[in-house]
Amino acid sequence: MDQAHIKYTLSWASLAAMGFILIFVAQMVGLIGHYGITTIVLIGINIIAALGLNLVVGISGQFSLGHAGFMAIGAYATALVMEVVPGVIGFILGMVSGIVVSGVIALVVGIPTLRLRGDYLAIATLGFAEIIRIVIMNLKITNGPAGIFGIAPFVSWQLVYVLAVITLIIVVNFVRSMPGQAIIAVRDNEIAAESLGINTTKYKVIAFVTGALFAAMAGSLRASFIQSIAPKDYAFMQSIMILIIIVIGGIGSMSGTVVTAIALGLLDTMLQNFGSLRMVIYAAILIVVMLIRPQGIFGSRELSLKKWLFDEGDRHGSDNTENA
Amino acid sequence: MTTFIQQLINGLMLGSVYALLALGYTMVYGIIKLINFAHGDIYMLGAYFGYFFIKVLHLNFFIALILAMVVSAVIGVVIEYIAYRPLRHSPRIAVLISALGISFFLENGMTYLYGSDQRSFPQAIKTVQYQFCGIQISNIQLIIAVTSIVLMLLLTYIVKNTKMGRAMRAVSADPDAASLMGININHTISFTFAIGSALAAAGGVLIGLYYNSIDPLMGMTPGLKAFVAAVLGGIGIIPGAAVGGWLIGILETMVQATPFSDYKDAIVYAMLIVILLIKPTGILGKNKREKV
Repeated sequence: MDQAHIKYTLSWASLAAMGFILIFVAQMVGLIGHYGITTIVLIGINIIAALGLNLVVGISGQFSLGHAGFMAIGAYATALVMEVVPGVIGFILGMVSGIVVSGVIALVVGIPTLRLRGDYLAIATLGFAEIIRIVIMNLKITNGPAGIFGIAPFVSWQLVYVLAVITLIIVVNFVRSMPGQAIIAVRDNEIAAESLGINTTKYKVIAFVTGALFAAMAGSLRASFIQSIAPKDYAFMQSIMILIIIVIGGIGSMSGTVVTAIALGLLDTMLQNFGSLRMVIYAAILIVVMLIRPQGIFGSRELSLKKWLFDEGDRHGSDNTENA
Repeated sequence: MTTFIQQLINGLMLGSVYALLALGYTMVYGIIKLINFAHGDIYMLGAYFGYFFIKVLHLNFFIALILAMVVSAVIGVVIEYIAYRPLRHSPRIAVLISALGISFFLENGMTYLYGSDQRSFPQAIKTVQYQFCGIQISNIQLIIAVTSIVLMLLLTYIVKNTKMGRAMRAVSADPDAASLMGININHTISFTFAIGSALAAAGGVLIGLYYNSIDPLMGMTPGLKAFVAAVLGGIGIIPGAAVGGWLIGILETMVQATPFSDYKDAIVYAMLIVILLIKPTGILGKNKREKV
């Protein structure tokens, strides 16, 4: 690891730490109230879910509309385990079991359906998410359409912040790893990738399952934070909301996802005052943003601290190709 | 046996409405490869226009139906012009998000203007029940079935025998070659949206008459189901939409009569997934080999 790389990593880390300290201080001096903290936590949860979906849609190019289904599994697993095992242990156990169950289901669902292409996969994943929701709605143990109330709160903004940063680190490093590059190859040209000996199904499934794991984690955090869950929270609309974040951010751009999740979260908070006009304005903004920047705010590019801080892009023309 | 036939008839009736909606999805998909998520909301708008023409202007049901179709066709074209046409050469997913934006806009706009409550659709035609060997069928069910079939035949005629229909097929096959042959692609796409929206509006008015209630979110579930129907039949294929619509309608009403009625939507989706796994391009779809 050369010195420039360490400097680069440290500057990202300090940026993350600065955000943390900023929120901490703002909360201490009363700049951010209870409502602000709620916004921050929901943004963080959306970031985790959206990074997972971006891995599936953006990096592996598989159009999934079923993200809400995996969020529901995470949320319900957490709530159900916490009913049996109370306390922090129950929460951790619940989250882990949610992630595991979600991963197993993603594996079972992914292996056959990922053979489908494009929009056919989208409709199949949408179907699976709806099946999960309908099953949850009709089971006794999940308390049907009413959902589960009084889930113990163990989620603080600090926890969500740290987990969101960890998610970002994992996803970004995953994309740059060998399997990540193979997944990109499959996205760019499946037939060419296959002819190079890449097991396309395997890598698609890896991306799909990883995405599902993060969705489950997001669902789990959400359940404990909001303290209640109902099947209608995990309908088609929820998948769409996460999809909107990654498309507006720029498909495949992880920094775009983070920035858009923050922007849309803040926009949502600002629009609260508009009452029933809120969603009309939100929809209009959505359309206008797409018309102005169809490729998303960041396109497929990433925020690059290197360019801003070290201005390396120009000086070391030859060696910046490996980690742009 | 009579229950079976009864359910079959009810299913065919419901399926006809899904088929009307699915035709719009399939035509739009066939021509610009867009899953038009706002299509279900055009169906909702159609129902509201029907409501307006019958309740406020006191028009005859069939005149109201045709007027609602015309107005919705215009709205469909306007939506395409504002939200989809500027994105013609953008990534497909951008158009998809734009369509979702339109869908939110229509749903929430109607909620804002007219409230989210259900309103009762005027009883423009008095319900008459016919008994036939123990099978019940109402005149409204007959109207729905006949209207849908007439509209589908009309559509088939337009697509097969008119100049515009030929243009539609040409653009759907190869837009670049079609435009080289002097076909105005934008006009053809507008026309497709007009027809699709008109059919959706007809579905909305018919369902309003049948269920007697309309609300701003009424398009969501049928919209999704019609999309499933279009995929099931083979998206982009016009007879496929009808087959898919009827199949889903029948399956749904059949399951309704069993103890698994709570799971009817889940069963519909499960069937969709199974069929896609067996035949990835839908029931009537042709397998296209990808060229290297």
